Amino acid sequence: MELFTNQILAGIATGAIYACMALAVVMIYQAIDHLNFAQGEMAMFSTFVSWQLMQWGAPYWGAFVITLVFSFFGGIAIERLLFKPLAKAPILTNVAGFIALFAIINSVAGLIWDFTIKQYPTPFGSSPFLGSQLISTHQAGMIGVTVLLLVGLYFFFQFTRIGLAMRAAASVPESARLVGINTSWMIALGWGMAAAIGSIAGMLIAPVVFLEPNMMGGVLIYGFAAAVLGGLTSPLGAVIGGFLVGIFENLAGTYIPGVGNELKLPIALALIITVLVVKPAGLFGRPIVKRV
Amino acid sequence: MTAMLNVKDLRAYYGQVQALHGLNFALNEGSLTTLLGANGAGKTTTLRAICNMVRSTGAIEFEGAPLSGRSTENIVRLGIAHVPQGRGTFTTMTVEENLQLGAISRKDKAGVVADIERMYNHFPVLKQRYAQQAGTLSGGEQQMLAVARALMLRPRLMLLDEPSFGLAPLIVRDLFKILGKINREEKVTILVVEQNAQLALELADQAYVIETGRIVMSGKANEIANNEDVRKSYLGY
Repeated sequence: MELFTNQILAGIATGAIYACMALAVVMIYQAIDHLNFAQGEMAMFSTFVSWQLMQWGAPYWGAFVITLVFSFFGGIAIERLLFKPLAKAPILTNVAGFIALFAIINSVAGLIWDFTIKQYPTPFGSSPFLGSQLISTHQAGMIGVTVLLLVGLYFFFQFTRIGLAMRAAASVPESARLVGINTSWMIALGWGMAAAIGSIAGMLIAPVVFLEPNMMGGVLIYGFAAAVLGGLTSPLGAVIGGFLVGIFENLAGTYIPGVGNELKLPIALALIITVLVVKPAGLFGRPIVKRV
Repeated sequence: MTAMLNVKDLRAYYGQVQALHGLNFALNEGSLTTLLGANGAGKTTTLRAICNMVRSTGAIEFEGAPLSGRSTENIVRLGIAHVPQGRGTFTTMTVEENLQLGAISRKDKAGVVADIERMYNHFPVLKQRYAQQAGTLSGGEQQMLAVARALMLRPRLMLLDEPSFGLAPLIVRDLFKILGKINREEKVTILVVEQNAQLALELADQAYVIETGRIVMSGKANEIANNEDVRKSYLGY
């Protein structure tokens, strides 16, 4: 029983990271109708930036905040330079853009910081949380930071003018322009926020997976699985999907014989395909009906 | 009296296809004007060209300032509210959020709150449904919401694209009554594009008739209503 509880809690902790990645993916998907394949690499690059700042002597939380700001403006810059010009381009052109972005960020990170694995600090320590053997303080910290982030985002989107404007621009762009919203900048803002959310996920998971240019590959696949499970049209669904996928991953790894670390990725992919076949809109998404 | 909106030699294009062929018309401040025409005559395109939602040439002046080169959202912020064809409802948001969005470019918080109450007085059905998802409203209710959303801008000029479309005749009468009231009491200049010529001519004081991208007739609404050609083509008697 203790093993089971332990696995559930560990699943919630990694699920928090998947939830962040899924949320970042969904925010961009809502704004431009494309999946950002480079979301993980953007998060990885941000994490390296925070690491570099700490190497230069910055305290953890100082580096954390500077990285958030850097990621926010970096996300906006990527949208303005690369994806705004592609806004009316066909879907495959956009996919090529995302893959190019993925490759560029990955190799630039390798060039600057090389591909050796680095230790990444945790501000929470890794002793047992509140003396319990079930969960470590870092895992508790991962959950805590994510919950704070989610609550903050909820209030932002529900109760601020700019949050309302962003939702409007994502749901009916033409009507949004007709009430005076600059939809183009709302999309850029969405990119900035998604990049910042991704950077939080990267910085929180780095002590677990260690810092290197390919650290986010598996995490992003699980993020996609979470977004698909929850529904690509539902931010709330993406978050719930994240936690569910985290728990599922841990339980499957523990209780299904033969599924160790090696088979973790196929499990995520199997989950994506199963959801797409059985319930394409996801648990909380709206089915998308397009007039032809 | 000087014209509030002055349109000169307006030509609009969808790709290679020219949809408007040199339109000239003017709206006087405080007037209620209707633009009549059959399907495909260019009515919607005219409204879209005013808000720079379609590629166009020519000169459009609003209160003396040229609109060319301005983005849609900046034109709206000058005080031109546009109720698009199909109503443009934010279907996944609540009725109240739709109203707040109408006023999103305004800075006076207290005024916005007061205006939402004012809209609930104009349209009591919206008050009953304020927390409901706008997509669940009936067609007539959504049209009321679209008009209310446009009014939340405190517009100087309101453009309406076929507000009667798909609505029951009684509801259309109600809606047009409200438009007349808004025009008289709130001094909002209104341009309404319609296929329902009879009702539109009863409501309006000025009228233009448009055919294949050209204005073919203009004048006082009651004169146009009595014109034999218009009667035969648009009123059916």
